[in-house]
Amino acid sequence: MATIDQMPATDNGNAVRGRSLWDDARDRLLANKAAVASMILLAAVAIACFLGPLVLPHPYDAVYRDFVKVPASLEAYPREDQIAPALESLLRRGRVTVDTVEVSGERVTARISSSRDIDPRLVRYLDRSDLFRNGEVADLAADGKSATVTAEVRRLHFFFGTDSNGRDLMTRTLIAGRVSLTIGLLATLVAISIGVIYGSVSGYLGGRVDLLMMRVVDVLYSLPFIFFVILLVVFFGRNFILMFIAVGAVEWLDMARIVRGQTLSLKRQEFVQAAEALGVDNAGVLKRHIIPNTLGPVVIYMTLLVPKVILLESFLSFLGLGVQEPLTSWGVLISEGSRNVQGAAWMLIFPSIFLTSTLFALNFIGDGLRDALDPKDR
Amino acid sequence: MARYILGRLLSAIPTLFLIVTISFFLIRIAPGGPFDLERPLEAKVMENLARIYQLDKPLWQQYLLYLKSLASGDFGPSFYFRDFTINELFAEGLPISIQLGSSALVLALIVGGAMGVLAALRQNRPADYSIMAAATIGVTIPNFVVAPLLTLLLGVWLGWLPVGGWNNGAARNMILPIVTLALPQIAVVARLTRGSMIEALRSNHVRTARAYGLSGYSVVVVHALRGALLPVVSYLGPAAAALLTGSVVVETIFGIPGIGRYFVQGALNRDYTLVMGTVVVVAVFVIVFNLIVDLVYALLDPRVRYD
Amino acid sequence: MFTVMRTGLLAAALIASTALTASAEVVYHRGNTADPETLDQHKTSTIYEANVLRDLYEGLTTANAKGETVPGVAESWMISDDGLVYTFKLRADAKWSNGDPVTAGDFVYSLQRIMNPETGAKYANILFPIKNAEKVNKSEAKTEELGVKAIDDHTLEITLEAPTPYFIDLLAHQTGLPVHPASVEKYGAEFVKPENIVSNGAFVLKEFVPNSHIKVTKNENFHDAADVKIDTVMFYPTEDRGAALRRFQAGEIHSNNDAPVEQVKFMRETLGDQFRVAPYLGTYYYALNHKDEALSNPDVRQALSMAVDREFLAEEIWGGTMVPGYSMVPPGIGNYGEPAYADYKDLSQIDREEKAADLLKAAGFGADHPLKLELRYNTSENHKNTAVAIADMWKPLGVEVSLVNTDTATHYALLRDKGDFDVARAGWIGDYSDPQNFLFLVESDNPGFNYANYNNPDYDKLMDEAAATTDLEKRASILKHAEEIFMRDLPFLPLLYYGSISLVSSKLHGWEDNLQNIHPSRYMSIAQ
Repeated sequence: MATIDQMPATDNGNAVRGRSLWDDARDRLLANKAAVASMILLAAVAIACFLGPLVLPHPYDAVYRDFVKVPASLEAYPREDQIAPALESLLRRGRVTVDTVEVSGERVTARISSSRDIDPRLVRYLDRSDLFRNGEVADLAADGKSATVTAEVRRLHFFFGTDSNGRDLMTRTLIAGRVSLTIGLLATLVAISIGVIYGSVSGYLGGRVDLLMMRVVDVLYSLPFIFFVILLVVFFGRNFILMFIAVGAVEWLDMARIVRGQTLSLKRQEFVQAAEALGVDNAGVLKRHIIPNTLGPVVIYMTLLVPKVILLESFLSFLGLGVQEPLTSWGVLISEGSRNVQGAAWMLIFPSIFLTSTLFALNFIGDGLRDALDPKDR
Repeated sequence: MARYILGRLLSAIPTLFLIVTISFFLIRIAPGGPFDLERPLEAKVMENLARIYQLDKPLWQQYLLYLKSLASGDFGPSFYFRDFTINELFAEGLPISIQLGSSALVLALIVGGAMGVLAALRQNRPADYSIMAAATIGVTIPNFVVAPLLTLLLGVWLGWLPVGGWNNGAARNMILPIVTLALPQIAVVARLTRGSMIEALRSNHVRTARAYGLSGYSVVVVHALRGALLPVVSYLGPAAAALLTGSVVVETIFGIPGIGRYFVQGALNRDYTLVMGTVVVVAVFVIVFNLIVDLVYALLDPRVRYD
Repeated sequence: MFTVMRTGLLAAALIASTALTASAEVVYHRGNTADPETLDQHKTSTIYEANVLRDLYEGLTTANAKGETVPGVAESWMISDDGLVYTFKLRADAKWSNGDPVTAGDFVYSLQRIMNPETGAKYANILFPIKNAEKVNKSEAKTEELGVKAIDDHTLEITLEAPTPYFIDLLAHQTGLPVHPASVEKYGAEFVKPENIVSNGAFVLKEFVPNSHIKVTKNENFHDAADVKIDTVMFYPTEDRGAALRRFQAGEIHSNNDAPVEQVKFMRETLGDQFRVAPYLGTYYYALNHKDEALSNPDVRQALSMAVDREFLAEEIWGGTMVPGYSMVPPGIGNYGEPAYADYKDLSQIDREEKAADLLKAAGFGADHPLKLELRYNTSENHKNTAVAIADMWKPLGVEVSLVNTDTATHYALLRDKGDFDVARAGWIGDYSDPQNFLFLVESDNPGFNYANYNNPDYDKLMDEAAATTDLEKRASILKHAEEIFMRDLPFLPLLYYGSISLVSSKLHGWEDNLQNIHPSRYMSIAQ
């Protein structure tokens, strides 16, 4: 086993200080290359999500009305061949005839004429568009019927494309990551903690207590979740904490059943019975002997729970409990993307890449953790 | 053991009662009623409807009436599908959901289990990594993405399989829904099996068996896999209950008349009787499957006892 | 697993064999928004129910392929000079699917049934113009007092409360469809089951499997059966519009009465003229709560309306499937003429925005004192995109919008209960082609629809006046005056006129785009 081979000798160098189970686990985890690489990736995604939106040029809620659903591209928008037609159509809204358009680098120049007096305010059509800025009317003819209009071309980059409202998908994907990572990791931790404690207590105490505690789980499994969420929204409005409650309320149930199953088997094993014979109290047995030995399946289940929670959040948004526009989450972006898969595939691809790579990293960290925490492996 | 089973079955009655009671009042607190849809109704019309469906009675009376009809096996009339009773809807849809769900479950167990065992035996080698990577993709990509992509690829572009429709249960129409349902479960089963399998392979009795020279195959199957299945079985109880009662996403996208959609349709249409019906069905499945799971524990691991 | 596979294969074999033998049968696979709540015409209220019922039944009047009202069971009718008494002459060859003749008595029975409060008809109010109808439905009069009388088997007389110029159109509505009295008496509510149903339209019901399909087959007893070219229509509920598009692309359905708006560009490019957009009789609007302090100021409401770039909404958010809306009543409606457009309709967007900013500033709002509004919408992708776009258009005026979405039932329950909201999305599709059907929404005694809590006695008076006016031109001008008041007061903020979007296979003939989006299967044919 690779992990065993690479395990540093326990009494090498710091023999004086006793090594705890956690020290061992940490060392072994750090020796697992896949896990370390995954941690770096996860950290990179987290940093990108939390800091990225601060440095990217587009605010996450900025609407570019001229760039609705433009494809992902390394090139800047507008494309060269879009500039002249766009200028013409904008100027025409000012009710003038466009005679010639000339594009040279960052500047555009157009000759315009009109049967009526030209209103110099027409450059506002250029300035308020996302394509041009600093529009000016020059050489206004004496009769006011013809003129030259110049403007600068704005260059905007949308590396991930834009969404149905013309918002930069890159910034939105990163902003969404904040929400999804937070809820994915925190809500999972909450659900796992409840599930582990509840399940181990139920399994360890056994008998009537177990029967009762597990029937409570059965009841919670069966209640209509949608109504639970709707009621939360109606009575408490929206807030982030409610989302944790809603997610936590359902997602710990599986965990509790898994841990209870393990506990039922563990509590008959020699080392547990030895501890009991030595007079260790229930809490002590649970803490030292039962729970650490259930961590294997727990860690694995945790890595499965994170994607579930992240996607569940998008369903909560549907019912009005999750994040609300203009904020967003990966789950919401992906469900939007899946509706746009024919025609605007980038709306699905980029958020999916972020979600998938995060979950990949979590899985390998989970496996590494599991190996590192395995008590039999020492 | 017989006493334990009997006790569990008896405890199901108060459990069900509690579930029905909480759910009944929970769904009535929610805003909006079964006749509050996008187009508002005249007040008088609303009154007529409320009278016909006994919604004008005090809530506690409605609750007693519901319990009474439930006790006789009658789930009542649907408020949304007004030409059907809940019993008729379930008689039509439940077998379909069970058929699809159980096929997906079996597929997930076989494929996921095999993947998990294989990965465990090749721990931290390329085979392990690639199997786990495949499993990760399975669990990462949500079914509302998988289903459209599969139908686009195999239905629209290649034309091999139908895009949707039930077609009275033709095999062609079942393949994609079953695969879509099974994919995430395959991933979960594979990962849980792998983890437990690794642990079991290192445990003393397996090491002993190996030391005695038992062949690799029989060690894996007889000793390791049995113990390794515990967490998988724990997970499968509720998972099976969920799978067999249908999936709203899969049924909606593939146009399948199962009961999975009724969970969401019922809730969004405030079809009280339909929601209560789904609650009871799920409760029965959860109770039964969790009982089965507990019995399987004792079979898999002689150390598990319930006294 | 094995039994599952075996039955599956068996079924597949069966399907294959029937497909071979029945190749001559013309089957129209038709996508239809959702399953009907019921096939009892008197209990229905939705458009997707109407689509099925229209194939099963024929009313006194009916719709042709263009959606125009034409004679149905009634071959002709006379209207008394005061516009109150309609005498219908029923065609002699009209028959029920079991061979019984369709008689005037059947219509008397049916109209009495829908008004009977015990029936629980959701849309009984559509036929309230009939004398005593409202009273019967409210248990204030006996059903026999309803103003409907069979003179003989083929002559029916209907008396109205007041002259109603759109009454003939109302009779083509699903609520005006007849039931077969003997079946209803025999089976009660079960008369809609395929084994019991007797209908008088071009098709008869064979199967109804919720969430799967509705199968109807040609009615050989239908008086125009010779011209019906389709043998079987399969209706599929297509709640998932993306899935419906894929089924259409794969050739599994011939038509669908909706399409995913997100993919308009893709559909235009790949489907060509199989993707249809037609003007529709509906308005997409935001209700403004007049009880809200800031919104009670008409200038604020005008400013909010002016600042909305409706062209952008229609073209970019809705992909050209909606039309910029500057009035409550959609253009092209019957008995009207040009609607009363907002006076800024012809201003450029820049001028509108300038004016809007001035108005808001005058009302005391601006960047330093923002107007805070909560915008509520029911969950749907394009309602969300619309709300996001509008919030962005209002932002430069110093309006801070927070968006709140809820599920449909919660949303409308809140509106109906006059909950605490500022701005809320809603929409209205006309039941019949008449401006009254749009303008009555904000009458002060219409609490169910008047989400805005709008109360203007002048407006109510004009609406009453219009209801009592027989002269169509005069009535139109009164209604137009009412709409002018509407557009001045803006209880609702009209944003867009609906377009109907459909997927129609090039193999399917006889589907004609029309304002009411009515497409009876009996006029269609399928090219092999």
